[in-house]
Amino acid sequence: MTTSTSLAYLIALPLAGAVILLLAGRRADKWGHLFATALCASSFGVGLYQLSQMMAAAPEERAFSQKLFSWISVGTFNVDAGLLLDQLSICFVLLITGVGTLIHIYSISYMSHDPDRRRFFAYLNLFIAAMLLLVLGDSYLNLYVGWEGVGLASYLLIGFWNQKPAYATASKKAFVMNRIGDMGLSFAIMIAFATLGTVSFSGVKEASESASTAALTGIGIMLLVAAAGKSAQFPLQAWLGDAMAGPTPVSALIHAATMVTAGVYLITRSNFIFDAAPTAQLLVVIVGAVTLIFGALVGTAKDDIKKALAASTMSQIGYMILAAGLGPAGYAFAIMHLLTHGFFKAGMFLGAGSVMHGMNDQVNMRRYGALRKFMPITFATFGLGYLAIIGVPPFAGFYSKDAIIETAFNAGGIKGILLGSTALLGAAITAFYMTRVMVLTFTSPKRWEEDQHPHESPILMWLPMAVLAVGSVTTGYLFTRGDGLVHWLEPVFGEYGEHEEFLPAIVVSGLAITAVVIGVAIALVKYQFSEVDAKAPENVTEFTLIARKDLFQDSLNEALFMRPGQALTRLLVKGDHSVVDGAVRLVGRTALSAGSELRKTQTGFARSYAALILIGAVALIAAIWVVTQ
Amino acid sequence: MNPYNYLYLAALLFTIGAVGVVVRRNAIVVFMCVELMLNAANLTLVTFSRINGTLDGQVVAFFTMVVAACEVVVGLAIIVTIYRSRRSASVDDASLLRR
Repeated sequence: MTTSTSLAYLIALPLAGAVILLLAGRRADKWGHLFATALCASSFGVGLYQLSQMMAAAPEERAFSQKLFSWISVGTFNVDAGLLLDQLSICFVLLITGVGTLIHIYSISYMSHDPDRRRFFAYLNLFIAAMLLLVLGDSYLNLYVGWEGVGLASYLLIGFWNQKPAYATASKKAFVMNRIGDMGLSFAIMIAFATLGTVSFSGVKEASESASTAALTGIGIMLLVAAAGKSAQFPLQAWLGDAMAGPTPVSALIHAATMVTAGVYLITRSNFIFDAAPTAQLLVVIVGAVTLIFGALVGTAKDDIKKALAASTMSQIGYMILAAGLGPAGYAFAIMHLLTHGFFKAGMFLGAGSVMHGMNDQVNMRRYGALRKFMPITFATFGLGYLAIIGVPPFAGFYSKDAIIETAFNAGGIKGILLGSTALLGAAITAFYMTRVMVLTFTSPKRWEEDQHPHESPILMWLPMAVLAVGSVTTGYLFTRGDGLVHWLEPVFGEYGEHEEFLPAIVVSGLAITAVVIGVAIALVKYQFSEVDAKAPENVTEFTLIARKDLFQDSLNEALFMRPGQALTRLLVKGDHSVVDGAVRLVGRTALSAGSELRKTQTGFARSYAALILIGAVALIAAIWVVTQ
Repeated sequence: MNPYNYLYLAALLFTIGAVGVVVRRNAIVVFMCVELMLNAANLTLVTFSRINGTLDGQVVAFFTMVVAACEVVVGLAIIVTIYRSRRSASVDDASLLRR
């Protein structure tokens, strides 16, 4: 492990931006956006410098660490605030700062009419800093700080336009659902500390070799809960759709490219725990498989372009989680899909923002149509992202998704067949709903009103989209050339040698492409070659209705948790009113009534007082006399 | 002479005084009865002083007289003031503090 002194700059630069912009207030309105963008870009620069350092070092010396300060020191329990940059973190660092910088640039133009643009950029920088801390922390406790930080930034940015009550509610919903996941992470840390006595990655890795399977399974399941909360995986997925209330660059950066993938990072980073706990690993696979179908089905019914993309994000992260649950065979592919997805999904979200920009913030795809002519650049960049996500060779998504499907089939036995066909089915549905988005927005006849004047976005907006589109095209090839990314990550995930192939790779690719073609064909028939209503049709099948209702995710949460919770609250309020308040009121009333009764003895007649004193004195003397006799 | 007879006399005086305080309405008479009770107590103190052959009781009796004198000054002033404002010296009429 090589020590480094420049890791802290990665986090310090954007953090300084957030602090300065928030403290400077309105004075920074003029230059805040440029300042924030410059800091994010310089953080990217530091990341590139680190990458060059890493490339120069020998493969086994590529992990850099930096101890910032001694954080907790109690007896034998020591936690340092330390940073760790290895082959896994550098992928994230470059993704976060790189895509982050592009989205900063995009936001300069996208948010130019917003009076609170400076605050927006301050939050963006805060997010970048927290996310970098998440991926650079060298212990679960340090990771936890970043984990909470990105949750906070996500909350602030979803509710950025919190003057609209619905948006404020959406941010609260995201925050509350994330808390459940955060609880999982804190439980995992507690179990790790109680059973293994350490919370640092290296310490846990060492201790996990001799730890009991039960403890590791417990930690693994809790980590999975954490990942499910942050990455919008089943059963904690319901917040992501509503999170689209935030400005579109936020959806692109936080709710597509980076923050929602933190769950995948957590699981791959904890690979040594999951490898030793097969039950937890199986649960990871199940969660991933369920979510990839779930998100895809939700995506087929959404008319809101951002919500359709959000459902797609959920589904694609399902792929990553599925791959991460397949053990050493899948970790690298999970990361590869994460990186390619970061490019094409961020690009498509920015494209959606560009479309909204040109359409007076209209988000209903049934009100779009024929935008290809009016927004050629947006169409081209979005189209490249589209080809990447559905997995058309040779675009990025083809390489990463194909690898996951192949690995799923290779899992062996009935499990492999189930997972493989689930992934294939997901690919077909993905092709269907993404084609639907594409057709409804760009190529079908126009359905917007006459007073709308769609126009191409300014260069500051389309340039980032173009860069991301280039990434969507090339990254898949670059990562797989000579198994580059897999070998790069080997020191972290361990080597995965020769393995039995269930189906030859070429057959799997053929199947995947067939699935994609079927999905695209159905979507073309339904939307390109037949009339599309500007209003969502009412007379649809049960299946569509269920999908429109997000497969009852909200109804289920409301019935299972919200309403019982509210009933419990009401019961507690009632208990508070009757028992606690009742006791207090009883004391008060007793004193009051005792007082009003005793007041009757105060007649104001001096002679009766005298008589009472006399009687009392006599009684007292008599009593003493009786006692002493 | 048997000193206990003084005690009987003191008890008698005290009883008369106590009954007077409770029964009579006129504030002046009530006041005199209070004095009677105080002096009954004084008599008791002095008697016991004699019986025990110590001076303690007599010393306390002096204190009682001083206190009784003060009480007379304050009490009579109150009674005169009440009489001036209400044209009556009845203790039963002076019951306004009840409310």
